[in-house]
Amino acid sequence: MQRRLFPAVFLVAIACALPFALPSYAVFEATLVITYAVALLGLNLLTGFNGQISLGHGAFFALGAYTAAVLMEHAGWPYWATLPAAALLGGSLGWLFGRPALKLDGVYLALATFALGVATPQLLKYKGLETWTGGSQGLVLMKPEVPFGLPLDADQWLYFFCLAVAAALFAAVHNLLRGSVGLNVVAVRDHPIAAAAMGVDNARIKTLAFGVSALCTSVGGALSAIVVQFVAPDSFSIFLSITLLVGAVVGGLSSLQGAVYGALFIQFVPRVAEQVSKSAPWAVYGAILIVLVLLWPTGAAGGVRHLKLRFLARSKP
Amino acid sequence: MSEVLLDVRGLEAGYGHSRVLFGIDLQVPVAGVTALLGANGAGKTTTLRALCGMVRRQGQVTFAGRRIDTFATEDIVRLGVAHVPDGRGTFAGLSAEENLRMGACTRTDKAGVREDFERLYEYFPRLKERRHQQAGTLSGGEQQMLAIARALMLRPRLLLMDEPSFGLAPNVVQDIFRIMRRVRDEQRVAILLVEQNAGLALDLADTAYLLETGRIVLHGPAAAVRNNEAVHAAYLGGEIA
Amino acid sequence: MNTLLPQLAAGLATGGIYASLALALVMVYRSTHHVNFAQGEMAMFCTFIASLLIEAGWPYWAAFAATVAIAFALGAAIEAVLIRRLRHAPVLSTVVVFVALLVILHSISGWLFGYAIRSFPSPFPEAGTGGGLVSAHQLGAVGMTLAMLLVVYLFFRHSPLGLQMRATAENPVSSRLVGVRVDRMLALGWGLAGAIGAVAGMMIAPVVFLDVHMMSGVLVYAFAAAVLGGIGSAPGAVIGGFIVGVLENLVGTYVVGAELKLTVALVLIIAVLVARPNGLFGKAVVVRV
Repeated sequence: MQRRLFPAVFLVAIACALPFALPSYAVFEATLVITYAVALLGLNLLTGFNGQISLGHGAFFALGAYTAAVLMEHAGWPYWATLPAAALLGGSLGWLFGRPALKLDGVYLALATFALGVATPQLLKYKGLETWTGGSQGLVLMKPEVPFGLPLDADQWLYFFCLAVAAALFAAVHNLLRGSVGLNVVAVRDHPIAAAAMGVDNARIKTLAFGVSALCTSVGGALSAIVVQFVAPDSFSIFLSITLLVGAVVGGLSSLQGAVYGALFIQFVPRVAEQVSKSAPWAVYGAILIVLVLLWPTGAAGGVRHLKLRFLARSKP
Repeated sequence: MSEVLLDVRGLEAGYGHSRVLFGIDLQVPVAGVTALLGANGAGKTTTLRALCGMVRRQGQVTFAGRRIDTFATEDIVRLGVAHVPDGRGTFAGLSAEENLRMGACTRTDKAGVREDFERLYEYFPRLKERRHQQAGTLSGGEQQMLAIARALMLRPRLLLMDEPSFGLAPNVVQDIFRIMRRVRDEQRVAILLVEQNAGLALDLADTAYLLETGRIVLHGPAAAVRNNEAVHAAYLGGEIA
Repeated sequence: MNTLLPQLAAGLATGGIYASLALALVMVYRSTHHVNFAQGEMAMFCTFIASLLIEAGWPYWAAFAATVAIAFALGAAIEAVLIRRLRHAPVLSTVVVFVALLVILHSISGWLFGYAIRSFPSPFPEAGTGGGLVSAHQLGAVGMTLAMLLVVYLFFRHSPLGLQMRATAENPVSSRLVGVRVDRMLALGWGLAGAIGAVAGMMIAPVVFLDVHMMSGVLVYAFAAAVLGGIGSAPGAVIGGFIVGVLENLVGTYVVGAELKLTVALVLIIAVLVARPNGLFGKAVVVRV
């Protein structure tokens, strides 16, 4: 029991110490990683645990980001209050999207979500919404202030704020998956016919998964808008949806830790990729994806789990 | 002793990490019917698949003087081996006639193909009636006939048949075996017949092999195998041939 | 209703062009049962090659022919090297690989050809068009689409090779059992799809101008067309293309405004997949549980 707690406590300690050890810009980047991890939590849940492929999660990320931005900019809401709004909107829209998505399987769902992902920037630039969304120019936001006079700078505060939100969401999803709902979610993925025969309401589970998934990604989007202090339609193109998919696959789809590994990957690998080829970092992304899918389908989380098993096996008496 | 068409020595095969065949020796002469009998799980289907290169295999397989144990399925087929697989393997989305045309797709002799179409429609009049119907909507018996006909469209030298009686009503099975008798008598093709229904198979066959958990335990002329007491007790007791 | 007729004509014209990319999608689907998310980028990449050849001084039709040949080879190569390994892979792996392919081609195109927009010539002379409703190019492009449709239709329905490809896509194991060289069939299917896609790209580029982003929107319209017509049906895809073109134009002009055209396509895709998953002309395949 102690052995299992120890690494977790260790990691939490490191996570809390980081913002004091790193320079401002690195803290900002670490915070971004957290926002991506929250977004990927949603995608992992939907695609990894429930088997529904989404190539359009950028849309939910955008929804959350713009919800936060619009509420902060036009309605004067404090940044932390926008999160429940983003969650609610994301969850509802995800649930609504999940209903027709029920009839779509595998490739066809991928197709429909792909269309969603491609359509998103156009939707965001729509002239009818321009007064709210700021059209092609987007919106610029104010940086949140450190509350209660805590001895932190703005970047450190944002880091801890996002960390807390992320921890809460991860814990919630973890509990969800551990319960009977979680078993149903995976059963629907692996053996939908058997699950239905056993009385699982496939439809409810699948729309629930979509809703919760969209909720998480939307919150991730809202957090990222708050941290970056800027939203504009072209940041939410199909390539964002593809980036999220890359993160999910690389990190390891059917695991919650995968969301964290994936987030680290999407934040830092483009920089490395640019070293390999100045103009084609995406090509490197693509190549890594293909290699992973063909040779190593369980992603980083699978690799870590494998190493852990070997380590534990060796150290057993 | 008639000429040997298919000579198998020490054939081993399996799926993934499990082994199903543990070194089989088998000979099929250039004419007549050879039966391969055995209970469920003995490895009969695996044997046919191994001969066609559909599963991982090791050993020596010689067909008409050529070693084929490393060849790909389609190349083995092009040498003259036709396989009617378990489950029929019909192209469900194509029409019956298109299925037959697929059987002839590697042949270049147009006249011969037309001749074979006529002959097979004569063997299987029901297929002729339904030749434009989607194959997936045919009954089980009709699909079995279609599968056999398609294999014969290859004008093969060796016909491998995997459990033609499976899942079919007794009268349909009689029909099919009657046709197979005709094929044996009228065509120049050797038949290797895998069957769980030992009585039916031994009636038709000239020689028989008995497979038990991946090994040949008995072989010889069909009559001798039929009269073998152990076989009788295990496979023929109470069965109406 | 003065503007209705021109809108209809324009819709039919653009729709007929989307239909050509939809034809490539149908080709891949009929030969390998895959939905190729990278079809648009493959077409864009090949169109760039054509552009380079033309800039180097090649006459249009020579560049066209060479590009089609290169596109064929590229498609066949991608199948042989990559798609073949996905034969027994789960759907998710397949989709991820296709998306990876999309991204790689997009990126390499940018790296090789730059991100600047360029114009692309049309082979159809400007003079004497259909009453001014559509341009000569649009007419010619639609004609090209219909010609390809005819070829594809005849190929699958009436040629022995087309029959073999249909059989191979449906049941590769049984196809081997009748002697079909399955690997060659699959590569052939992808090669043909690549060639069709390249023609689509060369027809689209004169209208929307050639750049690396040219095809991502068109791909969505092509998906909508293929889904509407039935992903396995070539005539369906073309008819679907016309319908999508007209619908998008009419809805864009009279209902929501031109900027939401992609959303229209999105809604259409979802509506069709939910209400009538086999599309207008697709064959329903019963799956025995």
